[in-house]
Amino acid sequence: MKILTQDETRRITDRVMAFTKADECTVTINGNRTGNIRYARNNVSTAGLVENTQLSVSVAYGKKQGTATINEFDDKSLEKVVRRAEDLARLAPENPEFMPAVAKQAFKPSATFNAKTAAIDPEFRAQAAAYSIEASRKNKLVCAGFFTDTTSFETIANSNGVFGHQQATSLDFTCTVRTEDGRGSGWVKRSAGDVALFDAREASDVAIEKALRSVDARALEPGRYTVILEPAATSDLIGFMLSGFDARQADEGRSFLSKKGGGNRLGEKLFDQQVNIWADPWDKDVPVLPWDNNTMLPRERMAMIKDGRVASLDYSPYWAKKMGKRPVGSPGNMIMAGTSKSTADLIANTKKGVLVTRTWYIRLVDPQSVLLTGLTRDGTFYIENGKIKHPIKNFRFNESPVTMLNNIEEIGKPQIIAGDEVQYSMLIPPMKVRDFNFTSLSDAV
Amino acid sequence: MERRTFLNLSGLAMGSLLVPVFGNAVAAEELLTPLAEKYKKTLADIALNAATKAGASYCDVRVGRYLNQFITTRDLNVENVVNTESAGVGVRVLCNGAYGFAATSDMSPDSVAGAARQAVAIAKANAKLQAEPVQLAPVKGVGEVAWATPFKKDWRAVPIKEKADLLIAANKAGMDGGASFMRSVMFQVNQQKYFASTDGSYIDQDIHRIWVPLTATAVDKSTNKFRSRQGLSSPVGMGYEYLDARAADKVRAAGGVATLYKGSYDLIEDARAAGRQAKEKLTAKSVAPGKYDLVLSPEHLWLTIHESVGHPTELDRVLGYEANYAGTSFATLDKWQSKKFKYGSDMVNIIADKTIPGSLGAVGYDDEGVKCKHWDIIKDGVLVNYQATRDQAHIIGEKESHGCSYADSWSSVQFQRMPNISLAAGTKKLTPDQMIKDVKKGIYIVGDGSFSIDQQRYNFQFGGQLFFEIVNGKIGAQLEDVAYQSNTQEFWNACSAICDDSDWRMGGSFFDGKGQPGQVSTVSHGASTARFNGINVINTARKIG
Repeated sequence: MKILTQDETRRITDRVMAFTKADECTVTINGNRTGNIRYARNNVSTAGLVENTQLSVSVAYGKKQGTATINEFDDKSLEKVVRRAEDLARLAPENPEFMPAVAKQAFKPSATFNAKTAAIDPEFRAQAAAYSIEASRKNKLVCAGFFTDTTSFETIANSNGVFGHQQATSLDFTCTVRTEDGRGSGWVKRSAGDVALFDAREASDVAIEKALRSVDARALEPGRYTVILEPAATSDLIGFMLSGFDARQADEGRSFLSKKGGGNRLGEKLFDQQVNIWADPWDKDVPVLPWDNNTMLPRERMAMIKDGRVASLDYSPYWAKKMGKRPVGSPGNMIMAGTSKSTADLIANTKKGVLVTRTWYIRLVDPQSVLLTGLTRDGTFYIENGKIKHPIKNFRFNESPVTMLNNIEEIGKPQIIAGDEVQYSMLIPPMKVRDFNFTSLSDAV
Repeated sequence: MERRTFLNLSGLAMGSLLVPVFGNAVAAEELLTPLAEKYKKTLADIALNAATKAGASYCDVRVGRYLNQFITTRDLNVENVVNTESAGVGVRVLCNGAYGFAATSDMSPDSVAGAARQAVAIAKANAKLQAEPVQLAPVKGVGEVAWATPFKKDWRAVPIKEKADLLIAANKAGMDGGASFMRSVMFQVNQQKYFASTDGSYIDQDIHRIWVPLTATAVDKSTNKFRSRQGLSSPVGMGYEYLDARAADKVRAAGGVATLYKGSYDLIEDARAAGRQAKEKLTAKSVAPGKYDLVLSPEHLWLTIHESVGHPTELDRVLGYEANYAGTSFATLDKWQSKKFKYGSDMVNIIADKTIPGSLGAVGYDDEGVKCKHWDIIKDGVLVNYQATRDQAHIIGEKESHGCSYADSWSSVQFQRMPNISLAAGTKKLTPDQMIKDVKKGIYIVGDGSFSIDQQRYNFQFGGQLFFEIVNGKIGAQLEDVAYQSNTQEFWNACSAICDDSDWRMGGSFFDGKGQPGQVSTVSHGASTARFNGINVINTARKIG
């Protein structure tokens, strides 16, 4: 299935609306073309291209709603999917929290599409893999990696006149390089919407250098350390915490943002003064679609944490109405303010500390305090007098991102990073944080 | 484990994110009409012929139809009811010693033949980069055979209202029990899988699974404290009869602290207990960190087995194929070759088995047409084997595959996935209550909680649902803020007692993830209650601003 144009999807949404007699109808069309190449043991193991387009139709009779999806677009199929949605709506119990479709909205386009990224072909993917394979072989190392690129579009429409259509591109690259004897491991991750910002050779060299430098790691006693966390080490921790910025959970008393006695902690200073995090669908580095397809509401540039204070919470349309708030589309990206300092600058300013390349297998231990556990991986080093002294064994940590963002000593230059387990596009700086809590050692390399 | 999906699941607060994820919505009346076997065989033959004509030395075809139904509820409201369907054909070939794979949702003869030819073209391109040709362990064709999950009640035929009413009744019971908020979800799966290969097999399988997770949350606004307790059910390879609770299937936990389930599940009873125990957690005693003897119920231990034995003994991880994402393994080939690597104490026997009735991994044949079986992974504490597919068997000197191949969709390529991996019951008669009598300072843990393990599966940390202190052989008060940390080999060597087979039951996962792009698999892990001496317990309580 090709990437559909605005005219093509408008014709489809118009046809769908015409087929239903339900009280209201909302339609979403998503399509993507995703290419990938996977390699391991210095050999390509799989490569592929997946194309998928899906139409979702949701109709409502009063407070009874039904949703159906299909991947065929002829008139007969469009009518079929509408009838299925209507059947499910009639069968469904009435939802007391049902919210009617939103009124017509204006969406200001964001620069999510890059033609050169959309033109990535199998040769480009193979070359991305080849750089790390060839350089690893040359250095007597073993690499494994994954490159994937996506060109996509999304169309939203409803029977109140909402219509939006936009294309997007993205790429992600990860590479793990290990020494042949398994005593060293390095890793790199790169994400971009514009392929011009991606350099497979540069990225591969980072993983190779970390693999070579991480051999013969020494054990450091677990405890609280000053750490320099590269962006991939904090992206999931912060993303995890922000996914808990739900107003309803806070108001109902089951969130770290619940206030004693009732209500939420909006406006309270929970983090260091230096912490500023916002969402902006039009950001030039991490643009996202200007709407949230769950609610079909426009996204806005909005502060999430301002000067260390909780600046906004996420209200679903139902909860916003109940609490008398203006509903806004949920954010799709997350941008954290930084400085012009590089990670090397942060290291140079550190007397004693630990450099963490990435964190791994992060899980919520206690939702009351957002205590997370996880491990360091693929490049953990001891810093002394402004220099990387030697590699150290990996640690398990038990730490809350709330505490982490209270203990910031220095912030570096933000970098584009896609989360491993969070859906946000992110721009995150490296950070120097004091008293980061490592609770045990891991023998894993 | 498919980390993102499972993360959502384990939270359940984000239940609405879980659906729909597996395919196109389908009307209820269409669920019960299977594809005709003759039609599937015709499509398979078209693919086999096209592939061999194009130059494939081997070809297998999977004609798949996957049906799912999800019902999500919050308190006394039904939030969502979704039926999904996904159908198509996947073709894998070997040509010039390399694999090729292609899939299509267009089940016309031309499209299926085209996919087969495309798979061969991909194999030919991959062969140019191939350092060593793929070696497939032989499989004798079985002709036309069929296998089906032995179920009594088809979930597809149970009215949605009946299911929704059950979930709402459970939520009400939880709130009556003491919960401030309840969530419950019903996942129902039917995989209709047809496999054919140039070995001469035509295998038709009809697989059914069900899972009903719930979460009860109690809130004390005066102290700003909230605590949750999740359900103690297991996902199972059964029909809807799993929810017809039978008294004979109820198991009394040690000290009577909970009712546990085996073979069928009393959702209402468990929801009510979850509500009560979530409320009790609000005033539970915070654990003192230190070394404890841990008594772990099967509802908890399955996850520790999954992470610390299941994953590290996957041969593809051992070899490095997952190095860039899920990781490698400490259980390296040299340890296995030594024939004396003490993975655990002498009483630890770990068995791989894809034939256990009611388990999530139970099928007749794997996705390479290999008949399922059981074998030893750890025998008397020693690592003796791995989990292998046809192309891996020769690496560990075996002449036939273990039958560990699985793909999560007709459109995904099959690869090595974990079978049911279980801890064998103890050989001497021992109940959980008898086991606890020998414990001076310990903690009894019931149900699975947070979980995390490093990329080579050494260092892990696990939480749980219910924690009870054990003092001088007796179960005491409920504890909170408990997590234990250990090293895999040290932990299994600290295993000092395992209850007998009267206590053996399975837990499991619906969403075990692996691969890039990621795929999910379902797997069960059986165990009896077991004791581990001198394990490090930490206190997880923290204060934030």
